[in-house]
This record gives sequence, structure tokens and C-alpha cells, in this order.
Amino acid sequence: MNHRAVWAIYKVEMARTLRTIMQSVISPVISTSLYFVVFGAAIGSRITEVNGVSYGAFIVPGLIMLTLLTQSISNASFGIYFPKFVGTIFELLSAPVSYLEVVIAYVGAAATKSIGIGLIILATASLFVELDIQHPFWMLGFLVLTAITFSLFGFIIGIWANGFEQLQLIPLLVVTPLTFLGGSFYSIDMLPGIWRTISLFNPVVYLVSGFRWAFFGHGDVAVEISLGITLAFLALCIGVVGWIFRTGYRLRT
Amino acid sequence: MQSVISVSGVSKTYATGFSALKNINLDIRRGEIFALLGPNGAGKTTLISIICGIVNRSGGTVTVDGHDISKDYRAARSLIGLVPQELTVESFETVSSVLAFSRGLFGKPANPAFIEKVLKDLSLWDKRDSKIITLSGGMKRRVMIGKALSHEPKILFLDEPTAGVDVELRKDMWALVRTLRESGVTIILTTHYIEEAEEMADRVGVINKGEIILVEEKAELMRKLGRKLLNLELRNPLTALPAGFETYNLELSPDGNKLTYTYDNQAERPGVASLIRDLDQAGIQFRDLDTENSSLEEIFVSLVRRQA
Ligand SMILES: Nc1ncnc2c1ncn2[C@@H]1O[C@H](COP(=O)(O)OP(=O)(O)OP(=O)(O)O)[C@@H](O)[C@H]1O
Ligand SMILES: [Mg+2]
Repeated sequence: MNHRAVWAIYKVEMARTLRTIMQSVISPVISTSLYFVVFGAAIGSRITEVNGVSYGAFIVPGLIMLTLLTQSISNASFGIYFPKFVGTIFELLSAPVSYLEVVIAYVGAAATKSIGIGLIILATASLFVELDIQHPFWMLGFLVLTAITFSLFGFIIGIWANGFEQLQLIPLLVVTPLTFLGGSFYSIDMLPGIWRTISLFNPVVYLVSGFRWAFFGHGDVAVEISLGITLAFLALCIGVVGWIFRTGYRLRT
Repeated sequence: MQSVISVSGVSKTYATGFSALKNINLDIRRGEIFALLGPNGAGKTTLISIICGIVNRSGGTVTVDGHDISKDYRAARSLIGLVPQELTVESFETVSSVLAFSRGLFGKPANPAFIEKVLKDLSLWDKRDSKIITLSGGMKRRVMIGKALSHEPKILFLDEPTAGVDVELRKDMWALVRTLRESGVTIILTTHYIEEAEEMADRVGVINKGEIILVEEKAELMRKLGRKLLNLELRNPLTALPAGFETYNLELSPDGNKLTYTYDNQAERPGVASLIRDLDQAGIQFRDLDTENSSLEEIFVSLVRRQA
């Protein structure tokens, strides 16, 4: 294991984050606060409680998930796309590093950043509402698992993308709608029957549900199912990354 | 001498279907400076990229210091430093941080003293804390060299190191390359400047349209370079070389109209005067004469043209 290479890449990626600390941290905090104002205050005045939890608190896990997903994807996809774009990838390809090391470094850095942002949002949220986390260990577990899974997903997008538009395309067309429709701001039990069934095909529902279970002790679906689906998606991403590296897809001509 | 890089039967067909390399066989000797010459699009960068692991080959094998570049890629790659043709560096990092990064990427423990030495050798020490984006093109080129040297490679690839570089810096680079060679580093460079190959290389290889068409000691080429040709256009065509001229290095053109005398113009007695005297005595008359130098450039151009 070339641990020095992993550390070198990780450090550079984290340094990039720190250089752009304003965009990296401030903007998710501001947008989360805005969500609180809009959803928490405006809708919260009508829906006071969901399953015995105040609406303000209820949306916290969903909000964190929303940011975690988008941040993980954008960090990881940008992290690997950028060297491809400017051409510095040659050094990575000519270095004595294995694909596993490359993935650990890039995905690790992207996940670290989004976990950090997730925790900052959690802290911000606790300024607005009272939070009593039922399963803190599981809460962290879901946080880390989701960050890693979606950083891997972002890494795949970054390798696949041949331009900045493509880099934005999947997050914009697929991920954002799925997260908004994934029960971040409501319980899918609140939906009419057919929409509830459709929602069950949305993987984000399971992530949010599992995360919400960790906070409040109950979610839309059983926590085992949430965990299973998350792990399945993780396995899928690992499989795709493995395939990319075996074939050199879009990395080596 | 033992070869440090061994390329055998390597071919490359790009996804476009274009065949950029055809059955390349090449051995690089340990500790030499090898110049790879060839026109644009000949396949120089492709060949280097394959050896360095950036491009996948379509066929053949490459070993670096005995390590197969696929099976034993870690051992192979950790010996190699590459300065690519394109200037590609992270714009927002500082000079010393990109060097430290390259060193780490190649698995070497941090060594600020060594990085300092490399930066000083490249006259970049003053710029160590500058962001790359603030540097000139020539400085960026030196940063690229610094990155390649930061992990103490045993083999250094320089893909057109002096393209767009001023005379001063070019001389500095040549000096640096010689110093590296003295410390035992094998150097492979590509260039369009034939003088550069003449000046620097121990051996020269010429590649054209994806095929190696010549690999030779530079000394041998210089010997050819030191030669001159005297062309004599004869008044009356000859069918064969006249008797008594065997001692001269003479060649008769197929149509019998031209005699070419190849001689060493550095020699004490090139023999031009005596040849003309002897021809006159033998009654062979000529209408016109001219002389030409055979240079590496000419060899190169004629080789490439013959292939085309
Ligand atoms: N990614 C690619 N896809 C398709 N063809 C390519 C690719 N890269 C290079 N080629 C083609 O392969 C041939 C060899 O290119 P290469 O870059 O190796 O040439 P070169 O000898 O380095 O030329 P130069 O002196 O201009 O740098 C060229 O005809 C080029 O168009
Ligand atoms: Mg080239």
C-alpha cells in the first residue's frame, strides 16, 4: 500500500476545500438556514407535528441528507474531473499507485468534507430546534455510510463526465429531484396511496428514513431495509468503480 | 551494456482506429542519454506515455529495470520521472507544494532538504511560495521538471523539454541533464531540434509513422556528419568504375553520369586534389562539381522522406 500517495492526494484535496472554505461551508449553512425559515417556519406553522416530532425537528435529518448527497457527489466528481480537465491526471496515471489507493484518497477526502458539512448543519439546526438524538451511533453510521456511498457515486460521474455540463447533469436531473421527492420535508405516509408506492422506488427515501430513525426512533420504512438499500447502493458503486478501473474506462486511452 | 528499458513488439491503435505505433522494438541502455527524433505525429509521445503507464498499449511488452510495466507497475513506475510535452500544473498550488505532492505520490518520505536542492538547481527557490499561476511559461516548464525530479527517478523522460524555451534556459537544461546523467540517471528525450540531439545524446533513435527507422550511436552519426560528398557530373557516362580508383571511396550513379566521392573533410589529406588529378590523367572529364555535407538533419530528413 502506497500510503504516502493516499495521504498526499487526500491532503491536496482537503487543502482545496480549505482554500474555498467560504463556498464549501458557508453556503450550505446559509441555504440550510433558509430551508429552516421557509419550510420550518412557513409550513411548520401549519403542520405542527409529524409522528410526535415537531416539524422543525422532523426536517433536520432530511436537510442533512439533502446536503450530504449533493455535497458528496459534487466534491468527489469535481475532485477527479478537474485533473482530467486540466491534464494533471497524467501524474496520477504515471505514479506507482493502485486504483484502490486513488479511490480511497479521492473518495475519502470528498466524504470527509461532506461529513464535516453535515455536522455543521446539524449544529446549525440545533440552534433552531431542540434535537434529542435517539441513536447517535447509528446517526453517525448513516452519515458516514451515505457520505462514502455518494462520494463513490460522484467519483463515477467525475470519470464519466466529458465536460462541465455533464458534471452538472446527473446531480441536477436525477439527484436533486430524488432528494426533494425523497421525503426530506415530509413523511411518505402523508402521501396518497399511489404516490407512496412510487416513492418506495426512490432510494433516497430509504436513506432519509434510516437517518430519521437514528434521530427519532422511527422512520418511513424499517431501519434494516434502509441499511440494506444503502449498503446495496454502496456495493453497486464499488462494483462500477472496480469495473472502471479494470477497463481503464475514460482514464487511459 | 544492460538495458534499463526494453520495449518489444509494442503497438498502439487508438480508439479512433488510428494505428499510432507499429511493432516497436527498442532498448534503452542504463545511464545513457537517448534522443528520440521524429516529425509531428510520429508517435513519440504515445511511446513515452505507454512506458510511463498513461496510455494502454494494444500489444507487446515493456519492462523497466526488469519489471513488467503491467504486472509489476509499482516497481516500474517508481523508477520513472516524466516531464510531459504539455504544461499541466495545478494553478493554485505553490511551487514547493506541488513538488512535495509529487514526491508523496511516488511513495517517497517527505524530504524538504532534497526539494530545496531541486528548486535551487532549477533556479526556482525564490519562487517556492509563489502560486503556479503567477509563473511564466519557462518557469512552469521548470516546475514540471522539478516535479519529475522530486521523487529521485532513475529514469527521466523529457518530452520536448525545450519547446518554447529561450536559449539561456535551454543551456541550463542541457547542463542539468548532463549532471543528472553523471549521477547515473538514464535520460530519454524527444526533440525537434536536431542540434539538441547532436549536442546531448549518446544515441539517437528516429521514429516515423509509428515505426522506429533508425537507432544509432551519436558518435557514429557524427562520423557521418563529419563527412563530405563531392559530386562530379561526368561529360561522358561510365559503365563501371575505372581501374586504379579502388583506393578512393567512389560511387557511380546507376545511369553512369555522376561520380560521388565521400571523404572526411577533417582529415589531413581529404584527397580531393589527387582524385581530380587522377581523373584527369585517366581522361575522365566532368562538366560540373559540387560538394555537400551529410548532417544528422539530412540523414533524418532523408530517412523520413524515404519512408513517406
Ligand atoms: N488520444 C488519441 N486518440 C487518437 N489518436 C491519437 C491520440 N493521441 C495521439 N493520437 C495520434 O497518434 C499519432 C501520434 O501522436 P503522438 O502524440 O504520439 O505524436 P508525437 O510524435 O509525440 O508528435 P509531436 O511531435 O507533435 O508531439 C498522431 O497522429 C496523433 O494524431
Ligand atoms: Mg509529442
